Amino acid sequence: MTALEFRNVTKRYRVRGAQPILALDDVSFTLRERQTIALVGQSGSGKSTIAKILTQLETPTSGQVLLDGKPIPTRGRGLRAYRQQLRMVFQDPFASLNPYHSIRYHLERPLRLDDVVPAAETDAEVRRLLERVRLDADAVIDRRPHELSGGQRQRVAIARALASRPKLLVADEPVSMLDVSIRVGVLNLLAELQRDEGLGVLYITHDLATARHFSDEIMVLHHGRVVEQGAADDVILTPQHEYTRALRAASPDPEKHFASAPGIPDVRTANGGAA
Amino acid sequence: MNIPFRFILNRAVFYLFTLWAAITINFLVPRMMKGDPVTAYMAKYRGQISPEAEAAIRALFGLDKDKSLWQQYLDYWGLLLRGDLGASFSNGLSPVGDVIATALPWTLGLVGLATVLSFLIGTVTGAVIGWNRGSRADIIVPITTFFSTVPYFWLGLIAIAVFASTLGWFPASHAYDKGSAPEWSLDFIGQVVAHGALPLITILIASLGGWILGMRNMMLTVLDEDYITVAQAKGMPTRRVLWRYAARNAVLPQLSSFALSIGFIVSGTIVMEMVFSYPGVGKMLLDATSAKDYPLMQGLFLIITLAVLCANILADIAHAILDPRTRQSEA
Amino acid sequence: MTHALHPRALAKANPMPDPLLTVRDFSVEYDVTPPVKAVKNVSLELQRGEILGLAGESGCGKTTLAYGVQRLLRAPAVITGGDVVFHDAKGADIDVNTLDADEMQRFRWDKISMVFQGAMNALNPVATIGAQLDDVFLVHRPDTGRAERRRECEELLEIVKVGRDRYRSYPHELSGGMRQRVMIAMALALRPQLMVMDEPTTALDVLVQRDILQQISELRHEFGFSVIFITHDLPLLLEISDRIAIMREGEIVELGTSRDIWERPRHDYTKKLLSSFPRLTGAKGVLAR
Repeated sequence: MTALEFRNVTKRYRVRGAQPILALDDVSFTLRERQTIALVGQSGSGKSTIAKILTQLETPTSGQVLLDGKPIPTRGRGLRAYRQQLRMVFQDPFASLNPYHSIRYHLERPLRLDDVVPAAETDAEVRRLLERVRLDADAVIDRRPHELSGGQRQRVAIARALASRPKLLVADEPVSMLDVSIRVGVLNLLAELQRDEGLGVLYITHDLATARHFSDEIMVLHHGRVVEQGAADDVILTPQHEYTRALRAASPDPEKHFASAPGIPDVRTANGGAA
Repeated sequence: MNIPFRFILNRAVFYLFTLWAAITINFLVPRMMKGDPVTAYMAKYRGQISPEAEAAIRALFGLDKDKSLWQQYLDYWGLLLRGDLGASFSNGLSPVGDVIATALPWTLGLVGLATVLSFLIGTVTGAVIGWNRGSRADIIVPITTFFSTVPYFWLGLIAIAVFASTLGWFPASHAYDKGSAPEWSLDFIGQVVAHGALPLITILIASLGGWILGMRNMMLTVLDEDYITVAQAKGMPTRRVLWRYAARNAVLPQLSSFALSIGFIVSGTIVMEMVFSYPGVGKMLLDATSAKDYPLMQGLFLIITLAVLCANILADIAHAILDPRTRQSEA
Repeated sequence: MTHALHPRALAKANPMPDPLLTVRDFSVEYDVTPPVKAVKNVSLELQRGEILGLAGESGCGKTTLAYGVQRLLRAPAVITGGDVVFHDAKGADIDVNTLDADEMQRFRWDKISMVFQGAMNALNPVATIGAQLDDVFLVHRPDTGRAERRRECEELLEIVKVGRDRYRSYPHELSGGMRQRVMIAMALALRPQLMVMDEPTTALDVLVQRDILQQISELRHEFGFSVIFITHDLPLLLEISDRIAIMREGEIVELGTSRDIWERPRHDYTKKLLSSFPRLTGAKGVLAR
């Protein structure tokens, strides 16, 4: 069972002529296959830093990142294998796809680089991946990114991430730049893929509601520290830490809002008007 | 306005370092050249050069090999700080400093004035054209750009042919009338203005295009910014939005270009000086190169380096004054 | 800035119309090839002191509508029809489309002001925020002396809790939340009767967002202006608006009180929008009812 562990990770950024910035302060968590963890934090909380460390764009100042108990490889074949196991879906569907290349190209590359399937089967695999993310393969395969909608682009990004058959997925605010009515669709897709492929997913977001909707477990990050961690419902419905409580109180919750303020009964529905 | 001390210190250190580096390179280059063209000239003029001048030239050109490199370096600095740049071979061994001083004021005056005027007129015009995009004034851009691409010598010659030879409005060449000597009299100043008119106007015509285009393009970029919409939503009169909001932001990159062009003023515009026989630095440098007058060449290079550095400093200062974001020390 | 206040409860159950802005058959087109109808025959009536939410996804026309009624649109957008009438508290009815350039300039900010998304670019980066607040008074209230202008600006900064000592600060020296508050202060300067807010809290943290919304609410109670609040965040609108207009493809598909939208959404698109937001509390699942 593949497991990625952050153990007491601290990250300090040096700033010339000023105090070093403590981006992460003693952060620990474990991401396992078949599990979803939501990392909830506002801007400056350190969540992007965690994503950068996971994808090895940054290294921790102290602490360890372990894959299956061993420190993650930082070079050569080991690094390649690591990157194959842990993929990322980025926030910006416009920026994460190269506008010059076709969708086919975007999906063939990981297949070729990681030798996922024999060369003869590449095309079939590309189509399979597109079907998997509920896109019409024939319609999009030879298009360029700018010809697709934001939601379609994000689905392609997800397909690309899945191409190398990873065990773990990091999704960094995957829907925050999409139109509202398609967000849930993409999140549901991610959830479905997670279940079917048995992935471990780290869902990074600032939005409590989607965090609860999507994950089993929630970690709340504040100024680089994990202030609360636990089952999604527990953290949202019975938050222990005052920061989590503040976050919850600040998030829009129409259900609670209308339940607590009954208002003047509308004359028209007074006679049992149904919802 | 508060410019942090740290910022100024930072920049000062940087420029002093650059200056030191430039001078050191100026010192090392002759010493790295193969062969020794200077010795040949020294031999030719021996007997006419005073011992001090000879020692200076040796130091400047690294002929004093009997001294250690470090000693030569120190002597070189000594000479520089005394303002002794050697003796000019092609100018009867007059001190290089004096020779340059005969040409520098003309270049600085004429080309300097032309550059500043061009920048001001071009920037203001570009701002207005950019603001009124799509108006008939847009035609100014291709016209001025056309004149920028026309070979300058042709422009100069046509100007001479039309305004000097045919219409006789302006003199055709030189900085002042033949036979006059430079002095601070109204008559002389009148001559300078008359002789400088054609060169100035032709330089203006040739260089306006660049400034107008640059400013106009920046204006278009800036006009798309939200704060312009906000300013208009606030009910600010057009003039205010144009100058205080849009132009003020659009001019920032222009300033950097301007600073660079100041640096190049000092190298003169050779073509202009040839066409109008104007006694400027460009022509001097050209003549020095043909005559292989190394001391003069080195002296001129030094002056040009200093000018470019000064221009950069000025640009930095102007930028810091105009754009508060640059005042924070760079990470 | 007072007007006869109806008891709020009575107003809700039996609102006596006191319109501030009447928009009738308003249309805007983008003059490109092929031409795009951004706003199609929109009519609505904004009441005095009300918060009207304009909800919709990108491209639905909500921003174009809001800019259009203030004549802030730029080429290639063109107003192709309809009227916009502003019912001034001082009594006159002003047809916004017939104002000439001078009148428009005086109308702006004085009667209707706008709060933009305060992120990086809504404030002039090379001017202090004090100067940008001062601007407003300099242009619209030319008789006020410098000292008095200064006092007004500082008071505004205090009202929005940015603090008067920030008068000399530059925009880049302030955090996102503070910049947004400065935008609000600027919009409040002339005590307008209507504030149009375009995604004012979108780029901000949830905590800061709540703070700012709180502030807007308090200011509204104190100064009595109406608000048109534009955003795609429907749950937010449900909490703060009196009425909500749902827009899609240039048309208002549903308009009702927020409670009605929540409990009895009529249009399919409204239901679809509602179901796009997961519930924070309550049973797990989306807001679909």
